Amino acid sequence: MSTLDILSDDEQFMVRTVQDFVDKEVKPVVQELEHSNSYPEALIEQMKRLGIYGLAVPEEYGGTPVSTPCYVLITEELARGWMSLAGAMGGHTVVAKLLLHFGTEEQKRRWLPRMATGEIRATMALTEPGGGSDLQAIRTVARKDTDGYVVNGVKTWITNSRRSQLIALLCKTDPAASPAHQGISILLVGHGPGLTVSRDLPKLGYKGVESCELSFDDFRAPAEALLGGVEGKGFAQMMKGLETGRLQVAARALGVGRAALEDALAYAQERESFGKPIWKHQSIGNYLADMATSLTAARQLTLYAAREAEAGRRVDMEAGMAKLFASETAMQIALNAVRVHGGYGYSTEFDVERYFRDAPLMIVGEGTNEIQRNVIASQLVKRGGLEA
Amino acid sequence: MRIVVTVKYVPDATGDRHFADDLTVDRDDVDGLLSELDEYAVEQALQISENSDDDVEITVLTVGPEDAKDALRKALSMGADKAIHVEDDDLNGTDALGTSLVLAKAVEKAGYDLVISGMASTDGTMGVVPALLAERLGVPQVTLLSEVWVEDGTVTGRRDGDAASEQLEASLPAVMSVTDQSGEARYPSFKGIMAAKKKPVESWDLSDLDIEADQVGLEGAWTKVDSAAERPARTAGTIVKDEGEGGKQLAAFLAERKFV
Repeated sequence: MSTLDILSDDEQFMVRTVQDFVDKEVKPVVQELEHSNSYPEALIEQMKRLGIYGLAVPEEYGGTPVSTPCYVLITEELARGWMSLAGAMGGHTVVAKLLLHFGTEEQKRRWLPRMATGEIRATMALTEPGGGSDLQAIRTVARKDTDGYVVNGVKTWITNSRRSQLIALLCKTDPAASPAHQGISILLVGHGPGLTVSRDLPKLGYKGVESCELSFDDFRAPAEALLGGVEGKGFAQMMKGLETGRLQVAARALGVGRAALEDALAYAQERESFGKPIWKHQSIGNYLADMATSLTAARQLTLYAAREAEAGRRVDMEAGMAKLFASETAMQIALNAVRVHGGYGYSTEFDVERYFRDAPLMIVGEGTNEIQRNVIASQLVKRGGLEA
Repeated sequence: MRIVVTVKYVPDATGDRHFADDLTVDRDDVDGLLSELDEYAVEQALQISENSDDDVEITVLTVGPEDAKDALRKALSMGADKAIHVEDDDLNGTDALGTSLVLAKAVEKAGYDLVISGMASTDGTMGVVPALLAERLGVPQVTLLSEVWVEDGTVTGRRDGDAASEQLEASLPAVMSVTDQSGEARYPSFKGIMAAKKKPVESWDLSDLDIEADQVGLEGAWTKVDSAAERPARTAGTIVKDEGEGGKQLAAFLAERKFV
């Protein structure tokens, strides 16, 4: 049985198309683009034509929506080629979901059709220099006046900052609210006076795609920018959006893990020592066996969470488990792929060193794994343990 | 304008290919796909359609077993309008001459102004079917084109040879084939994939085309495969050590194999 069997024929064809795209277009160029930290303009254009940016947009708004398991497997394929490509569509999908679930009809009509084609690309702005995962403690404030909102604050780790025309900005419309989350809202903003990209963050991996700091200094947003039109809903909205975000990050980890396993498996059959291919040495064979076993487990866990999400159930715990396990697994596989490659694994002429630098992003991004464990533990207590 | 693109469903060239007992290709153990060289033909048809002011209808045509529908589906996902699948048990073992007969009958039945083929299939790699097809249809053939224009009832193109490039021209109706230099084939978009399942696919058998069983298949084949053997394993390459004469040796090596 193939992992793809759970998908419809059409969705299997889509995943295979992305697989083909990755093998023929991405793999041959990724090393050069990555090492020169170049934005993959041509690849992103091809991804637009494929329909990658419309995967969460309903047909009536011009998209080609797919099931959550299909979305996971497409993301995995992109990340297998280059994790940064999956990063260049992740936040976009979350914003599309936010609009779909919570946007007013006018907001959907305004943004979704152009998001579906990739003409408009979207990103999220949550994290602040003063704190990441503790979203209730954010300090960016949107003060309402007669003409709309005046925004002040700083956001950081914003992917695709300059290349996104739509930013889903998490901010406080009522800083005095208690509990704090009731004063949080999402504003749909674009670049304009008062918003500056104040810094590009240097990174270990995740190259080619920018991660920036955004400064809002008396930035004006119209009243219609408020997602859903009602203040104080932003925290709950974003929590829902992040369920998709965590599945996406889990899928990215699967892609990096798979690429590392594939490279290690191929190398272990090519490379010979003491008169035989190195995979026949038990120490190396055991690495391969463990890598494949843990990757398969991570994948099934992620697809389980994806199926639960597809069924419309709350999946903060399930997506958290998938993100936690898949990212730790990817890191372990990437490290073991370096070991299998020996000295060459440490060389930048091979791809495995990139997997080793890209894998940690999924551990610390989209809510650190420590936060995921908190979520899982509190959900376990709340739900009375795991269901039978 | 009506364009018919002939496409072939071939065994994956990266798979482990074998012959069956009757020395036809054993398709059971290997995945099939739309011949990559035919993707270029589909691409050129789509580009002609996109650059034309008139309505262009693109039909993809294949002769092959049940699974060949996958090849049609990919071409439809890329953007072709409809498909015709000629399928008949009596077709097993048909050679290039027989295939050209079936294609000619099917193309005539479908109606056409222009037939576009790939330069060869990636399995048989004979590259003769487009020329055979043109002869059977009694129309001009412009083959192995690397660049193509269609304007005012004329197809024009460039054929690159070893020593020269030729400009060719033919009035429609005509048959043309395009090379792998004609322009990268597009990937099916997700929208295209979803739209493909709503496009019409007609199935014809030999009786629909007034072809007798003995004109095709292994029995009707003009060519016969006497034996088939696995390609010998690759041998080690030649290493030229430069001791002052390296350049000459390299040149001699290349000349011997007619690379220069």
